[in-house]
Order: sequence, then C-alpha cells, then structure tokens
Amino acid sequence: MKPCVLKIALLTLLSGAAYAESVLVTLEKDNALAIVEPIEGKLIKTLPVGMKPRGLALSPDGKLLYIATSDENTIKIFDAETFKELGKLPSGDDPETFALSPKGDRMYVSNEDDALVTVIDIAKKKAIKQIKVGVEPEGITVSSNNKWVISASETTNMVHWIDVKTNAIVDNTLVDARPRAVMFTGDSQQLWVSSEMAGSVTIIDANTRQIIKNIKFAVQGVTPEKIQPVGVLIDKDRKRAYVALGPANRVAVVNAQTFEVEKYLLVGQRVWNLAFSADQKRLYTTNGLSNDMSIIDLDSQTVTKSIGVGTYPWGVAVKP
Amino acid sequence: MIRSMRAYFWVLIKIIIIGQLLNASLAVAKGNKQVINIAYLTQQLTPPPTLSNLDPFIDNKGEPGAELAIKDNDTTGQFTQQSFVLKKFVVPVDGNVVDTYSKAIAGKFDFVVLNLSAAQLLAIADLPVAKQTVLFDVTTSDDSLRNEQCRNQVLHILPSRAMRADALAQYMMKKRWKQWFLVVGTTEEDRLYAAAIKRAAKRFGMEIVAEKTWEHTYDSRRTEQSDVAVFTQVDDYDVLVVADEQAQFGEYLAYRTWNARPVIGTQGLIATAWHKTHEQWGAVQIQNRFKEAAGRWMEEQDYAAYLAVRALGEAATRTKSNTLKDIKAYLLSDAFALQGYKGVPLSFRSWDGQLRQPVLLAAPKSMVSVAPLEGFLHPKTELDTLGYDQPETLCKRSAE
Repeated sequence: MKPCVLKIALLTLLSGAAYAESVLVTLEKDNALAIVEPIEGKLIKTLPVGMKPRGLALSPDGKLLYIATSDENTIKIFDAETFKELGKLPSGDDPETFALSPKGDRMYVSNEDDALVTVIDIAKKKAIKQIKVGVEPEGITVSSNNKWVISASETTNMVHWIDVKTNAIVDNTLVDARPRAVMFTGDSQQLWVSSEMAGSVTIIDANTRQIIKNIKFAVQGVTPEKIQPVGVLIDKDRKRAYVALGPANRVAVVNAQTFEVEKYLLVGQRVWNLAFSADQKRLYTTNGLSNDMSIIDLDSQTVTKSIGVGTYPWGVAVKP
Repeated sequence: MIRSMRAYFWVLIKIIIIGQLLNASLAVAKGNKQVINIAYLTQQLTPPPTLSNLDPFIDNKGEPGAELAIKDNDTTGQFTQQSFVLKKFVVPVDGNVVDTYSKAIAGKFDFVVLNLSAAQLLAIADLPVAKQTVLFDVTTSDDSLRNEQCRNQVLHILPSRAMRADALAQYMMKKRWKQWFLVVGTTEEDRLYAAAIKRAAKRFGMEIVAEKTWEHTYDSRRTEQSDVAVFTQVDDYDVLVVADEQAQFGEYLAYRTWNARPVIGTQGLIATAWHKTHEQWGAVQIQNRFKEAAGRWMEEQDYAAYLAVRALGEAATRTKSNTLKDIKAYLLSDAFALQGYKGVPLSFRSWDGQLRQPVLLAAPKSMVSVAPLEGFLHPKTELDTLGYDQPETLCKRSAE
C-alpha cells in the first residue's frame, strides 16, 4: 500500500513540476507576449509588452525577463512572475537579438543598422562599450565558460570572436551566406552557425576557430532556396542538435557526434526560433507565418502539438 | 652626342621604373591589403518629359548603390585584408562612352559596372579590349541581350522584361484575371515590353482580348477624361495591361477606363526588382542605410549597382583573390549565393548571365505579391519559372 501512495505522491509532484513550466513567446505583430502551458498545450494568456517584441531571455536566476522591443529602440525588463515592467536598458537602435553573460551581469545587443554590438552593464543600466562589427549583425551568443561573445553579421557573412575580457574582436571566421543564429555546445568547445541563404550549418572548433564541418540540408520535395536555417540548439549531452529550417517548415534533427542529419520534422510555417524545455525532453518552436508554436517530444522525436499563439510569433523562452 | 642620348634614355627609363614602383606601392598601400579595383561607367541623361512633378528627376541612379556596396565590401574587407576601390566615369550628355571605355577603362579594370543603354552596352562588349572582363549590366531589361545578342562576359542584374511579364502573369493566373486588354505606347521599348507580355500570356494561358496603340495626339478637344473612356471601349476584359516604359501616358489610365478595371504593367501594379514598399527579409535595413547615405529612396538601378558590387565582394572574399579568372569562375559557380534582401539566395543563370531573383509586384504604396508565386513549380528552382529558362534560351554562351 505504502509504495503505491508514494508513487502517487511522486507522480503528483512530477506532474506538478512539469505544469510549473511556462513557455513565453514574443508576438512581433501583436506587440505582445504569449504565455503557454506546454503539457496541456494551452495558451494561458497574452500580455501587451511593447512595440515589435522580438528577442527575449530570462535572467539566470529566473527572476527577470528581458524583451527587445525593436520599434521602441529598447530592451525592457519585466518581473518574470508578475510581468510588471521594471525598467529599460539602453540597447541602441532597433534591437532584435541579444545575449546574456552566464552570470547575468552583462548583456550584448546587436544593432543591425549601425553595424555595432552594444555591451550593457545590467546593474547600472548603462552601455559600457560599442564594438564595431560587420554589416548587419544579428545572431549573438556568449559561451557558457564566459570566454567568448560571438556576433554574426548577415551581410559580411562572418562570425566575430569577441574576447569577453577586453570586449575586442580577436578573430573572424568567414561562413556561408547570411549567418543568422550562433550557438555554443554546452561545453563551449564548438560553435554552431546557421546560414540562412546557403541552407547550411557550419560547426567551428572554439579553440582553433577552424571550421570542422559544414552541414547542408536537403528535404525531399522542397526546393533548396526554401531551406533557410535560423534557430540552432544543441542538447546538453551534445547528442543531438536541432535546426529550424524557416520556410521549409521543418526542424532538422542532427546527430551532434557524427553531424549526420537523422530526420526532418514537419512543424508550422517559417519556423524560426527554438527552445528546450527545462528538462530537455521537449523542444518548442515558433512558426512565424502560421501564427503558432509546435511542441516536439524529443524521446519519440515526434511533433505532438501545435498551439495557436498570435500574429508572427518570433522568440521563445522557457520559464521553469 | 650618342652618349648623351644614352644617358638621357637611362634617366627616362629610371623615371619610368621609379614611377611603376610608386604605382605598385600605391596599390598595396592600404596596409598590404589586396585591392579589388572596380570601374563604374555611366552617362549623364537629359530629363525626360514627365507626367507628374511628384517624382523628381534623379540624375545619379545607380551610383549611391555602388558606393554603399563598396562600403559593405570594405567592412568585410577589414577582416579579410581586402580593399575595394570604385572609380567612377560619368560621361557628359554629348560624350562618347565607348571612347571613355577605350581610353580610361580598357586594360586597367577587369570588373566594370555599366549603367548604359543596350546599344552602348553591346558596343563596349564587342570591343576586343573588353573581352577579358566581367561587365555588370545594371540598367537594361532587354530580352535580346539575354538571348540572340548575349555576350560571354556580361552579367545582367535587373530582371528581363520576360521575367517581369511572367511575374505579372503568375499573379494574374492566381487571381484568375485572364482576359487582358493590352495598351502599347509608341516607343521601341514599349513594343519590347508588349512582346514580353504576349509571351507571358501564352506561357500562362492568358488571353489578350484586345490590343491598342496609344497614339500621342495633341488635339485640344480631347482630354484624359473623355479620351481614355472612349479609347478603352473594347470587348470585355479583366485587366488593362499597359506598356509605357517612359511613363508618358500610363498614369492616366487608371480610374478613367470605360469599365471598372485595374491597370497593371508599367503603371498600376508593376513588376520590379526593387520598390520603396519592400520591407521583408531584412530589406528595411538596406532601405534605411541607403536613404541615410543617398538622401533619397533606392531605385532599381541603385539596387542593381549595389548587387553587382556586392557580388564582386562576395566572390573576392570567398576566393581570397582579385584575379579575373578566380572571380569570374566563382560568380558563375554553384557555390555563389548572394544575399539580396529577397528571402532567397540570388545566383547567375549559366546560360545567359541573368541574375536569378524574385520579382516584386508592387502598387504605388503597397507590396502586393512576390513572384515566383506559390504553386508555380520547377524541377530545379522555382526562380527559373520567370523569364527564359535553359531549354528556351537563344544565347550561345561558351562555357569558360
């Protein structure tokens, strides 16, 4: 009898924990944030957050939520519980994406029109440095060992290696046409870069900054031009990587050890950004043109749900 | 006497050698950077007669586009140790562009952007000294230059008339506006545009139910209000397709026709490489950057000149070279993928040197659609549903 009770208690606890996770999606055209409960697959509510919200991220302690409201030329800070606006950061013009340092004390913002990366001291709410990069910088990330900030410039077709200590570029790697997302593996040893116009992902060794591999995607029945990789995520064990293929409406599943493409999963239209659930058992996608998000169960590698969220879902973050 | 002559010669030779050394050192002066020299040749134009004072005459279409691309290339170049230099040659209205090419450009530049008419382009391309070059045509839409009159070293950036007409036809097919009334102006360009429209109509199963030529008459009893209404009393049709490339009468047609019908073609809904309403796929960024630099909206030729110089930049960066052989091979290779703010990579058609690209379908203040439209399929790339595809081409380009 006892073990059974314990089991039930454990189950409740587990499902309770799972229920606690919420998925936050910025809606570019609705000027809003959608909050989704991923187990039931329900849109809980939609909150106004500001004009043209795109990139978003939670502080490492989960207490603050940052949202780039591009048409207001700022990054807003919200309380992650109450969603009350707490302040603004001086992001420079038209912020689209940004990255947080592992400790959450610094923010790095791409200023696309000005070919700059702005470094912000979050506590002081002050821009402390502007770094000149290539034309139209967009994708940006910080390695988890806090060594590198990577900025990808779309028109220069490069990733810039910025030393966190000096905030200066130390190296540049030429990649395929129109690099969009940049993402380190969990151990900071590899950098994965998606190239939208070339339909490829480039993997770079972070120590030598040499290209190890170039993965080209091909989906049966889809012409090459439609395969436009954007969001990239690699799981914590570096077993698999997931690449959002834009208007090809698919997420590619890549073996992160052999770099072979294992599968293409059909999701919504123009899939752009990706996020893992806290336990990395699910993957969430934003599908810009079908106004929904998809949920992929990673154990079975199947798309389990699609949930209408609002107009032009852009970024996605998970609040455990 | 002979000795002094010799001494004189030696001095002369020394001067030449020093001069050349100086030249060579200038070429690598920019911190040992590899220099890519590009010539830009254009001729001043006389303002054409206009129907509207709303659109000011722009006398430098193309140039700010090329300059912006140089800036973008140089930003990349600072990381790759390459430097891009644009030398502009602006020939006066009464000047001769072929002379300018022969004297100032031939032998000095491997890469030349030409903002010239079809006839001038051919005259230059046929010069023996212009054979070993890459000439970027940023102005013409002539189908003949991409077919019977094609030249090996010429790359065409703007969509041909056939591509534009096909783009319109695809959209008309989607709307099921299949009965066309074609109104053609009296210039040679208008006739060429009308020919492309007829070709597209045939390709996409449209029917031209009526065709009329707009004669420019100066009878003061006739006004647009009465004249267009009478002129457009023809068998019933779905859309009026106008061919008026110089915009001499086309703007007068909409809202004045006998029946309530939309106008498409060179006015009304137009098919274009670039438009101020275009904002998708990062286009808003280049619109902003261009406006800031040039103080005006980006025109088609600006976009074409931008793409031409960016294509060179892309090829030079990828090949790490500034030689004609390497760059030309890369431009025409499968690896070449140019980002042109149109959502898909742009590349050159190997059979006629035409830049493969989506064509925008725009109304004066709204982007209506982008061709190729969903559903028009092609075994290789949907972009090749626009214009002359490989099996149809009349161009005999040698593969070099």
